[in-house]
Amino acid sequence: MSNNIDLKKGLNIPIAGTAALETKKTIAQDVAAVKPTDFKGFSPRLLVKEGDKVSAGSPLLEDKKNLNILLTSPLSGTVQQIVRGDKRKLLAVLIKSDGSNDSIDFGVKDPSALNAEGVKETLLKSGLWLSLIQRPYGVIANPAVTPKAIFVSAFSTAPLCADTEFILKGEAEDIQAAVTALSKIAKVNICVNSADSAFAKLKDATIWTVKGDKHPAGNVGVQISHISPIQKGETVWTVAPVLLAAFGKLLRTGKLDLRRKIAVTGPAAINPAYVEALPGIPVKALADFYDASKQEIRFVSGDPLTGENVGEDGYTGFFDTQVTLLGEGREREVLGWAKPFRFSQYSSTKSYFSWLSPKKKYSMDTNTHGGVRAFLMSDVYEKVLPMDIFPIYLIKACIAGDIDNMEKFGIYEVLPEDLALCEFVDPSKNDIQEIISKGIDLMIKEMA
Amino acid sequence: MEENNTKQPGLFEKGGKLGWLHSTVDAFDTFLRVPGTVTKTGSHVRDSIDLKRILIIVVIALVPCALFGMWNVGHEHNVVMGTDWGFWRQFGFGFLKVLPLYLVSYIVGLAIEFMFAQICGEEVSEGYLVSGMLIPLIVPVDVPLWMLAIAVAFAVIFGKEVFGGTGMNFLNPALLARAFLFFSYPSKMSGSMCWIALKHGEALPDAVSGATPLSFLGECKDAVTPLTDHFSYMDMFLGTIPGSVGETSVIAILIGAVILLWTGIGSWKIMLSSVIGALFVGWLGNVSGATAVPAWTQLIMGGFLFGTVFMATDPVTSAQTETGKWIFGFLVGALCVTVRLFNPGYAEGMMLSILLMNTFAPLIDYCVTSAAISRRAKKAKLA
Repeated sequence: MSNNIDLKKGLNIPIAGTAALETKKTIAQDVAAVKPTDFKGFSPRLLVKEGDKVSAGSPLLEDKKNLNILLTSPLSGTVQQIVRGDKRKLLAVLIKSDGSNDSIDFGVKDPSALNAEGVKETLLKSGLWLSLIQRPYGVIANPAVTPKAIFVSAFSTAPLCADTEFILKGEAEDIQAAVTALSKIAKVNICVNSADSAFAKLKDATIWTVKGDKHPAGNVGVQISHISPIQKGETVWTVAPVLLAAFGKLLRTGKLDLRRKIAVTGPAAINPAYVEALPGIPVKALADFYDASKQEIRFVSGDPLTGENVGEDGYTGFFDTQVTLLGEGREREVLGWAKPFRFSQYSSTKSYFSWLSPKKKYSMDTNTHGGVRAFLMSDVYEKVLPMDIFPIYLIKACIAGDIDNMEKFGIYEVLPEDLALCEFVDPSKNDIQEIISKGIDLMIKEMA
Repeated sequence: MEENNTKQPGLFEKGGKLGWLHSTVDAFDTFLRVPGTVTKTGSHVRDSIDLKRILIIVVIALVPCALFGMWNVGHEHNVVMGTDWGFWRQFGFGFLKVLPLYLVSYIVGLAIEFMFAQICGEEVSEGYLVSGMLIPLIVPVDVPLWMLAIAVAFAVIFGKEVFGGTGMNFLNPALLARAFLFFSYPSKMSGSMCWIALKHGEALPDAVSGATPLSFLGECKDAVTPLTDHFSYMDMFLGTIPGSVGETSVIAILIGAVILLWTGIGSWKIMLSSVIGALFVGWLGNVSGATAVPAWTQLIMGGFLFGTVFMATDPVTSAQTETGKWIFGFLVGALCVTVRLFNPGYAEGMMLSILLMNTFAPLIDYCVTSAAISRRAKKAKLA
């Protein structure tokens, strides 16, 4: 079956610091953080207290709105600390490793023999239910709803992203098991970027080939909008490949194993490469990769466009297979905007001369390169968004809190990450992802 | 981080002693040095382009027109008065005539921009850099400075600031200034008397010698021969004809157009469709016998090309959607030539057609987006 999606628009940002395809070390975790804030729509209730012993797969938190949804421990040890923020908001549960591989046995299961209820139960009990993201709005999936379809993007195009083929090498059987199981719930669609991809050979799923290697072609939201746009009242689920593998391992071994390869990347990273670790590692465990004495560093869990700024004392996120180290750009360049040449700065437009050196990689920092202004240019955003929507109208509807227009202009189809490039290229320096995110929050509140 | 938070606010920072001057100081500060602000969340890295860069490129694109215009002011004076000045004297004469226009335009416009930013406590937007550059180029060189000052003040306050400043306006401020001059002081703004700069005490020898091709046509509109007797096509192309300061030279405008198109700042869709619209109506005029002037000459006369390249493409006041840009541009060109053909009293149609289309741009966009939304809805039903 030939399912092709042709995506021409987009932009690959030439940022320096791509990870070399080698696993430099395995991080023996002392502490892991479980962060309920990684999951939009999850209202955590604690099931443990400080000092409790837990195993890999033990429930730590449950969702107040749906008590079946559990967040479980990725490793065995003791609950070291429960971190709270303002208004006692639960930020993280820190688990201190005891060094053993003690793990709860969820039982080996044959995916083809399971029914939809069985698959849901396995996911819910193990805590892997939270790897399913429901669209619209990008919230945790509701077990009571049967989605129109499940979508997986088998490749990423984000700047400096981890190579999906590399990080999942040798896990084809796990992924197949997970896909077979999920296909009991709804039709599974997998988007690959070439017919040679290991994912292209998966059974029990519809394979789509995406032509076009510019970001955001690898964003699952962009792919969904070309396969089957989300209408009002519909829901779809998405799941990241690395979590498919974890689900497959759970089915085949009965144990929760979230270990994964994480790409350590970015202009401030020394010899960027991959490490093997659980989610929720302290970024300080990556000390070999940076030198904080030389420059102020921003620690981003995720890619440089959509990741979370976790700080030097922070922990990586549940979904992330990438850590980006960026220099903070607090330096003030004299007459920067007026200089005819700025060879160290990248612009996607031709108003600087970076188009003369298309192969050059830039050591980008976090400077905004300008002040916030009203939206002026009208055509720069659509050029980097291969979706059939009017980004500027959607953004303005979100700013105005105009629900009708947000619906019309496609709020159901997008997550902030899909418009991340619009934010990157925006000459008016607005925080577009934040605007979209607030718009989505308003939709959730008003449409509930 | 914490150190920053607990630090006393600086002299000019918000909360400081002279904090009320925050906007002004900030404007000069960020003019000299790129702000040191870093991204908060979201996209942690950003493209190095900002509005200052975009607008300075438009200003650069206007420089050839300005320089040529200065020389042409001296040149036209030479032609009409029969003097024989060298290149530098012509340029110097024009420079001294145009410089006061620039001073008035920038001083009045920027003062108002700074004042409003100050009152609202916002950063000063750079939008006026371009408007201020445009205004002297689209007025007759001999316009009295006090009129220009009033026009600029009107355009900036009622064209822009009352709507919320740069990016929120729906009329092109520079054109609004010109329209204000035109309707308030018509005797100074049209006919054939206003286009030649004179020294103190000089008078034009006769009315015809100061006419622009369009005002000439307006008076005897079906005669091509007298027009080409008076102005050769080459003159119109090079720009050695009377007219507003910056609008006469096709070559200088084309240099600007190349800069805008190459950097992607000006929309090629608007420029192209405006030319198509003008040619279409010009051709209709020929076929129907309304005019004997060949359609293509409409492109090189008057302010058409200048307006198409620098005014119709204003990203704020033109259509925002890509399909809308085609419609917008076409109508600008078509309307401009229509006015030229049927309104002998006011021969230049570009200003009015762009201003009119500015007011229609939101409607065009509304139709385009509505059509797209219903198309999507239909597609979804089929699927």
